Amino acid sequence: MSAVIHDTDHHDDHGPAYGWKRWLFTTNHKDIGTLYLFFSLAMFFVGGLMALVIRTELFQPGLQIVDPHFFNQMTSMHALVMIFGAVMPAFVGLANWLVPMMVGAPDMALPRMNNWSFWILPFGFTLLLLTLFLPGGAPAAGWTLYPPLSLQTGAAFPFAIFAIHMLGISSVMGAINIIATIFNLRAPGMTLMKMPLFVWTWLITAYLLIAVMPVLAGAVTMLLTDKFFGTTFFSATGGGDPVMYQHIFWFFGHPEVYIMILPAFGIISQIIPTFSRKPLFGYSSMVYATASIAFLSFIVWAHHMFTVGMPLAGQLFFMFSTMLIAVPTGVKVFNWIATMWRGSLTFETPMLFAIAFVILFTIGGFSGLMLAITPADIQYHDTYFVVAHFHYVLVPGAVFAIIAAAYYWMPKWTGHMYDEKLGKWHFWLSTIFVNVLFFPQHFVGLAGMPRRIPDYSLQFIEFNQISTIGAFGFGFAQLLFLYIVVKCVRGGEKATSHVWEGARGLEWTLPSPAPYHSFETQPEVK
Amino acid sequence: MTEAASGPGHYYVPHETHWPIIGSIGLFALVGGLAMYLSNMPFGGTVSIIGLLLTLYMMYGWFGTVIGESEKGLYHDWEDRSFRMGMGWFIFSEVMFFAAFFGALFYARVYSIPWLGGEGTGAATHTILHEAFTAAWPTNGPAGVGGAFETVGAWGIPAINTAILLTSGVTITFAHWALKQQKRASLVLWMTATWVLGVIFVGFQAYEYGHAWNDLNLTLNSGVYGSTFYMLTGFHGFHVTLGAIMLIVITLRCMKGHFTPKNHFAFEAVAWYWHFVDVVWLGLFFFVYWF
Repeated sequence: MSAVIHDTDHHDDHGPAYGWKRWLFTTNHKDIGTLYLFFSLAMFFVGGLMALVIRTELFQPGLQIVDPHFFNQMTSMHALVMIFGAVMPAFVGLANWLVPMMVGAPDMALPRMNNWSFWILPFGFTLLLLTLFLPGGAPAAGWTLYPPLSLQTGAAFPFAIFAIHMLGISSVMGAINIIATIFNLRAPGMTLMKMPLFVWTWLITAYLLIAVMPVLAGAVTMLLTDKFFGTTFFSATGGGDPVMYQHIFWFFGHPEVYIMILPAFGIISQIIPTFSRKPLFGYSSMVYATASIAFLSFIVWAHHMFTVGMPLAGQLFFMFSTMLIAVPTGVKVFNWIATMWRGSLTFETPMLFAIAFVILFTIGGFSGLMLAITPADIQYHDTYFVVAHFHYVLVPGAVFAIIAAAYYWMPKWTGHMYDEKLGKWHFWLSTIFVNVLFFPQHFVGLAGMPRRIPDYSLQFIEFNQISTIGAFGFGFAQLLFLYIVVKCVRGGEKATSHVWEGARGLEWTLPSPAPYHSFETQPEVK
Repeated sequence: MTEAASGPGHYYVPHETHWPIIGSIGLFALVGGLAMYLSNMPFGGTVSIIGLLLTLYMMYGWFGTVIGESEKGLYHDWEDRSFRMGMGWFIFSEVMFFAAFFGALFYARVYSIPWLGGEGTGAATHTILHEAFTAAWPTNGPAGVGGAFETVGAWGIPAINTAILLTSGVTITFAHWALKQQKRASLVLWMTATWVLGVIFVGFQAYEYGHAWNDLNLTLNSGVYGSTFYMLTGFHGFHVTLGAIMLIVITLRCMKGHFTPKNHFAFEAVAWYWHFVDVVWLGLFFFVYWF
């Protein structure tokens, strides 16, 4: 049998193929991880440009540079691009690079499908971004695509719906691959409760993805048939209900929020112990807290809908179940702090971003707790307070964690140390400007400024101008990040295999840069 | 040791593959063309059909490659487990896709229609807009969208179809037993019986659609009843069709002598898929046709 194998599949070249074919045809988890990460970075800048259009328009009250319809396209597309193009692919890219190395696997479990998961994305995004140039413009009803408003979208509508279908297919395949890798390809001795937390959080995230992405696909399919094929799922005249869309959408949408933060929790749980030179405090409670958050994420969705009307029992249920999430999240925050307690801390760039994550994500968590209170939410709903809340959990939350991960593992990926001095500059600029950008939005929101409107009342001018200055500062600071990444890829101080003094885990046993094929023979984990 | 080699302790990692990029282009053209068609742009249908053909070519080639590798003996228990997990969780994702439509059905029947009929404290829509509407199921809503219609009774074709699908679940199990006992003729016979039952099911379903659409005036436009009826039975019928094609492929492979009593993942994957469409059908029979 082995003769047959040699005839057909033996290649003398064990490294990557050359040229563009390497990237198009690759089945290597590191290549695919790199593709995901660069795609995500590109989309981060595309979505960022859209955010700057929004902030520029809001620098002054009245209509300045874009017409309201285009403004609405920007708010909708900014969200879709950042969620499905920047944050989710970044996490999948990190999973691709890290999960096989962390569990001692030769590659991802289903390498060909891994290639497809990635290569659907650029095509899906071509479809989505194309809508900007179609008659009637891009979707402008918000990323949530609520009917009946979303059904008034022009030619863009079916393109956007099918783009969402494609991104969903990509996510589900990626998630299946991660589950199969974690369950089937762990090295001998790597028991579940020895897995690094990044692997654990991604395992749980993968289940969330498989459970809810198809629900989104179903919801937008019903939108499509309501618009083109005469169904009345979301129209009361036919016995349907537009609120039904919101229920189905948020059954996807709330777990989606955790899809964008659980892997971030995992990253922070890797970084803080390294730079505290202590093992993670409360490892098993971290695992159980992650699982609890994932479970709760399925039974809180209607807290996005307190103002649309629901029975009192529903309001109470969704209020209390939402508040319950604060418990496992609190467990995590306290564990991170306890890990740092009496550790011998150093503050390299990844650690700085991780600490900023803990503080700023917690601010976003607390404002979320405020929004969970039904009577209060009825006041806050659709104001800038909500915008401030979810940007605090997503930007200094998810995005900071991704940046922290990039700094932390970049030496392992490239074999070079990044420029620590520039990294610190990037950190301080990002952290200062992100607060300049989003903190004032709490105040204008509580004072009643509505979101998704290009104009506002005169008393909100100062805070909006501060916010816009913060936005440009934050945006330009990310160009510095791009420069640091490119510089690190091209050269720099050689990284040791261990890179960080306090780092633990299988990926640090490999040389830097990690060889093209790691763990062809699985290591024994004691 | 190359990474392509496989065997105990060495997981098979294929070198490179061009099928996914063909699949991506195919999928892009398929849905992009469909979107162009729906937005009344020229060439939409053509682009979509080219995309469909490319996607089918990708599936033929990709599955062909994997079948070839399997027959060469590149896969062992370790790779087999990945495939099993992959198929299992893929079916779970399909279950969740159907859950969205069942959710819509239950929400309409349990909440939105009673509320439209004036039940509950928050039902202002009834008072203000639709005071004449009385909650009922089936319904096409306060506006009587699509005009009066009749429903398909549970105890005609749907009951026969239930019997057909349940029987096919038994025949595929007989086929599995035959495979395990190396009875090739019996295996092919039972497999053929299974896909023939599947095809009969689809045929009955098509006939019933014609009857409902033309004689009963039950269309996609028949309010929320018509919407949920066709969405659920339509996607189910589509999945049965796919399942039947998969069964035919497996039957052909059985005839070519593929599969051993120990190594027949593809057979089992298709069997799981077939049981999945069977279970979804039971949900449809109970909640769409019967109650």
